[in-house]
Order: sequence, then structure tokens, then C-alpha cells
Amino acid sequence: MKTGAKLLIESLQREGVDTLFGYPGGSVLPIYDELYDSPLRHILVRHEQAAAHAADGYARASGRVGVCLATSGPGACNLVTGIATAYMDSIPVVAITGQVPTTMLGNDAFQESDIQGITMPVTKHNYLVKETSDIPRVVKEAFYIAGTGRQGPVLIDLPKDVNTRSVKEPVVPEKVELRGYNPTYKGHKRQIDKAIELITAAERPLIYAGGGVISSNASPELVGFASAHGIPVTTTLMGLGCIPCDHPLNLGMLGMHGTEYANFAVTECDLLIAIGVRFDDRVTGRIETFAPHAKVIHIDIDPAEIGKNKRVDVPIVGDIKSVLTDVIAGLAKKNACEAWQKRIKHWKQHHPLRYGNDKDDCLHPQFILQQMNELLKGEAVIVSEVGQNQMWTAQYFCFRHPRTWITSGGLGTMGYGFPAAIGAHFARPDLPVFDVAGDGSIQMNIQEMGTAAQYNIPVKIAILNNMYLGMVRQWQELFYDRRYSYTELPPVEFVKIAQAYGIEGIKVESCDEVMPALRAAVDHDGPFVLDFRIEREENVFPMVPAGAAINEMIGGHPPS
Amino acid sequence: MKAHTLSILVENKAGVLSRVTGLFSRRGFNIESLAVGTCEEPDMSRITIVVIGDDAQVEQVMKQLNKLIDVIKVSDLTDSERVERELALFKVTADQGTTRAEIMQIATIFRAQIVDVGAKSVILQITGDTDKIDAMEKLLRQFGIKELIRTGRIGILRGTKTVTSSK
Repeated sequence: MKTGAKLLIESLQREGVDTLFGYPGGSVLPIYDELYDSPLRHILVRHEQAAAHAADGYARASGRVGVCLATSGPGACNLVTGIATAYMDSIPVVAITGQVPTTMLGNDAFQESDIQGITMPVTKHNYLVKETSDIPRVVKEAFYIAGTGRQGPVLIDLPKDVNTRSVKEPVVPEKVELRGYNPTYKGHKRQIDKAIELITAAERPLIYAGGGVISSNASPELVGFASAHGIPVTTTLMGLGCIPCDHPLNLGMLGMHGTEYANFAVTECDLLIAIGVRFDDRVTGRIETFAPHAKVIHIDIDPAEIGKNKRVDVPIVGDIKSVLTDVIAGLAKKNACEAWQKRIKHWKQHHPLRYGNDKDDCLHPQFILQQMNELLKGEAVIVSEVGQNQMWTAQYFCFRHPRTWITSGGLGTMGYGFPAAIGAHFARPDLPVFDVAGDGSIQMNIQEMGTAAQYNIPVKIAILNNMYLGMVRQWQELFYDRRYSYTELPPVEFVKIAQAYGIEGIKVESCDEVMPALRAAVDHDGPFVLDFRIEREENVFPMVPAGAAINEMIGGHPPS
Repeated sequence: MKAHTLSILVENKAGVLSRVTGLFSRRGFNIESLAVGTCEEPDMSRITIVVIGDDAQVEQVMKQLNKLIDVIKVSDLTDSERVERELALFKVTADQGTTRAEIMQIATIFRAQIVDVGAKSVILQITGDTDKIDAMEKLLRQFGIKELIRTGRIGILRGTKTVTSSK
């Protein structure tokens, strides 16, 4: 006979879980009691939202399913933002919540909330387990659903009595069988042939690659495909790292804060090969003018993404790694597209990303990121918060490997970065982990300094401190006549806050202090805070105003 | 924009209807009519939903429905030969004498049944497609409809074709 809690822990071990992030409470006491002498490593966060983000960061950095645990009611509700963040970016997370006993369900019991109902729109699937003997099967299904097909979060709600009751150990099914869930992995032969025809005929092809390439672990295939046929690649925010930043065919990020040359290339291309992307509005701008001269091939594992926002000519549903392998095998003729490559090279030369570094001696955030780059050379996990800090990092940090860039793309969750960085550290203890933050975002989960201090988690927090909610301020400057309505934040001494938690830090106020401070952070064995007092009204450019065509950029220059 | 009849085969589990209807409201689709019941397989249910939208919208809603783990199969019956039915119950004011005879006459024409007779009212039961029930309602208005209740529409393909679980 085994208790539900015991069955749960054993099931998690069977799935290969080594680390989980959580916060105890009344309904999960039986689970925590079982954790007390289990080999699983549990990281105690300071707020359940951080547990969800940490599990998500762990999943993104490792490619495995991340796990978080919270109690019923408020604990479960606090996970919701984290679950929604993972859902929007298709990240495999299993969230386990306690629940009031089955006998009290629906009675408005203490710390009861209908977390299954609440998370239905933001999970790939969720469970309310009512029979103890179902636990092993449900856990197995949850990990399978979270980690296959288009990945995503799955929640398991476990009432207290289900965890305490003892049952005869149920037989665990070897294979998960769900008649309503059969993802397509292999691309359709006829569609692949059509794609090959279009690629062979194209004169100005462009690859538009996104997070799906990373989820599918298809970076080698993507780079191989692009290199063999001389096809330039632009990536979404989520796709950064799937091709090395300094690869000659890489155009960097496209869209609202994309490079000028990437957006020009989209506008001019005659074939757009969209891979693991969803034509998000931050990428496309006005959808009618997005890739107006191009035929479109769209490869994605989720059939619902195909044709959702943009009409496509050749839809291919399948796992990107498998589809690209088939496409590469079928492409005979090498199409170097020399004239097109020359044109792009010209744009790259004449329209680089730029900021006011030579005009003044101000501390520009872009300079800090360039210095980070010089120090880390792409061999680090870089996590960001949301806003200007995120866009500058995406633009200026040179990513060389997949899964080394971790950011909340779809939901745009401020406060994501620091806890996600904590999770990423447990996935990649071999690499330095940086959280590039703003002074706004960091204050949304600053309590996690407690977690970082308790376990001596060597996450380096680089705060680009402009005493504003910078991205909102930028929009107010550009579109609301500089009426800075509630976006100014009074100065905070972050180093002092860090010290209170037992964490070291440095305040940096001039350019020549940047590199020594970064070195000090990396050399320090433990968490570290860098409070960079940056130029307050620095903007992220280029910028496509909401609803404009992506070649109409503020801070850009007309294509030459 | 036209009405599409979707036949959705789902797991017979708690919360499935909520997943399906939640998806419609979340993605901004209006449900015109909804009917749920058990089916030939004891562990499955069949949901018939009538939704109004253009082809691209309906295709998107079907793809989203297919992503639900508890949804086994989704079919659009709209462009196929099919039988569709609704059932309605009317409680109509009916005095002794003339009105009652007139109501019974209408019932006969529509092949409706009188399932309850009270001192001041009768209950009529009618099955048919939407238009037939609408027509009946129009005619009964003159007598005073005290209460009207309609089921959602259900639909089934003609011939040997089926909407079953071989996904």
C-alpha cells in the first residue's frame, strides 16, 4: 500500500525529474512530507509565481519538462501568470497544485479555488485527480502531453485526501495512449515536394525562424539548410540563438524592433520560408504589407497556426527537425542566390543597428550589452525581463547557441527574468547566467533574492536602471506627446536591497566602470547585482509603430 | 458568413463541455446552438454545435477544437448530405372550445404531438429542422405562448458515412 503523495514522488522520479520549484502550504503538506526524504531537489522560492517561472526557465534552458509545486487557493492562483507565460511560448511545464479534500470541493472551503477552471485557457491540458490510484497514469500523461507535439504547460490538481489515502500500487501503463492526441511529426511528402520546387525556383528566398526551431532542437538542420543554399535567415525574438549571431547569413531579429535589413529583406523577398513561427503582430506589423511579394511556406507542428494570421501557399505540418531533414534530402540543386545575398550585404553595411555611443559619454545600455558580449562571447545563458531591457538584449547580445536566450515573448511578463534565470541555472550549472533587467521589472519578483541567497545561486542581475518604466515611457514620448503618465520610478538603491539579503553588488555610473563590474560579477561565486545607472531617456530603435508596415521604421533609414 | 454544423466526438469526462464552450468564447466565436449527449460508445459523448462564421474562421475553430486532448474528432457536416433535427416544447394558452380545436389542427398539420392538456393550457411537442419549428412558433403566437423551450440542433450524416473515433 502506498499513499498518493508517495505515488506522486515516485511518478516524478520515473519521469526523470531531478529538480522542482515550489512553496508549501496546508493542502500540499502530505507531498512536502514525502519530499522531505526523497532524492528530489526542491528549491523553495519566495512567491509561487517564481516557482512557475523557474520551472519554465529550467525547461527552456534544458529542453526538458520543468516542474513546479504550490498549495491550493492562493498558491495555485499565484502560479497562473507563470503558467500563462509558458503557454504563450509553448514551454513544457508540469504544475502540481494541492487542493482541498474531495469531500469539501465546491464548498468554498478555506484556500479553495477552482484552479482547473481558472487554468483551462492557459494550459495545454489539466487534471483534477479524484482517485489516488490514477496518480501514476495522470503524471505520465501530463509529462507526455507537456513535452510532445506543440509543447506547453499541464496542471495536475491533487486534493489533500487523494494524497493521504493509501492504495495498492497501481500498474503503471508503459505507453501513454490518448485517442484525442496524436501530433503529426512527419511532414507530408507532397507538400515537401512543393516546398522544394518553390525553394529551387526562388531568387530572393528568406527564412523566418522562430521558437519552434529551438523546441524541436533543429538548429543544426536550420543552419545546414540555410548555408547549403545561401538563404538568409531572420529570427523572431523566440528564435534568437537558433543560428549563430555572426553567421554571414544571419540578419538578426525582425519585426517591431528588428534590424532594418531584416525588415527590408522580408518586404523584398519572393519566398518566405516560415519555420516554427506564428506570424505574431509584433513580427508582422500590418499583416497585409508583410512579405507582400512572397510566396509563403509555413512549417509548424501545430496545424492551427497555419493560416491563422497569414495565408500560406505551402503548409507543412510536422516536427521541424524531421521536415527540414526531408527538405534538405530532397533539394538537389544548390541555389546560391548571389544577387540577393549581395543586396542584403549592402543593407547590412549601410543600415547597422546604431546608438549615440560616439556622440557623448553617457552610459548607454547598448554599450553595456556589447561589453557583456565581449566578456561572455555567447557562452552564457542570458535571461531578460520585459521591455526595453529585453529588446536591447535581443538586438545587441550575440547569441551563438540555442537555449542560451530565455525571455517571455508571447505574454511579455515583467518579473519573469529573475526567477527564470534561477531555473536556468539548475539546467545549465556549467554556464554563467545573467538576468538583464530593468528597474521596473526586477521589482516585480525582487523577493527571489531570498531564494538566490539561500541556495547561493550564481545568477547575475544586470539592472539597466533608468528610473522609468522605459518601454511605456518610450511610447508616451513618441505617441503621447511626452506625457509621462505614471511611468517614472523613484530611485532605488538595489545594491542595498541585495546586501539586506546577503547578496553582493556594485552600482555602476560610468562607461569605464562597466567591464570591471561585469568581471567582478562573473568572478564572484554566488548571486551578484549590477545596478547600471543608464541614460534615462534612451529609446529602442529602430521601431515599427503598432499597425504600420515593418519597413516603416522610426529611427531607421530608407532602404538604399 | 454562414451557419456551420459541427459534430464533435469527445471523451465522456467531467469538464469537457466547459473546455469546448470555453474555447468558443475565448476565441470570439458565437455558439448559435448546442446539444450534448451520450452516443454509441459508452465512454464518449457527442456535441453538436452550430456556429456562424466564414470558412476560414470555422476552419480555425475546428483546428483549435482538435487541439483539446479530450476531443476525439471534429467534423463539419455543413456541406454534406445530412439530417438535422431540433425538438421544441410549447406551452400554449388554450381555452375550452374553439381555440383548443384550432391548436389541435395546427398540431396535426405540423405532425406535432399534444403531450399534456390542462384546464387552461396545452403542451405541444414538435421535432424538425429549425425552419419548421420557427413556422410553428409563428402560428402559435396568436394563442399566447406561455413558455417555449428548444433543444439545440443535432445532426447526422446520411448514408453509411459516420463521425466516429478513427481519428
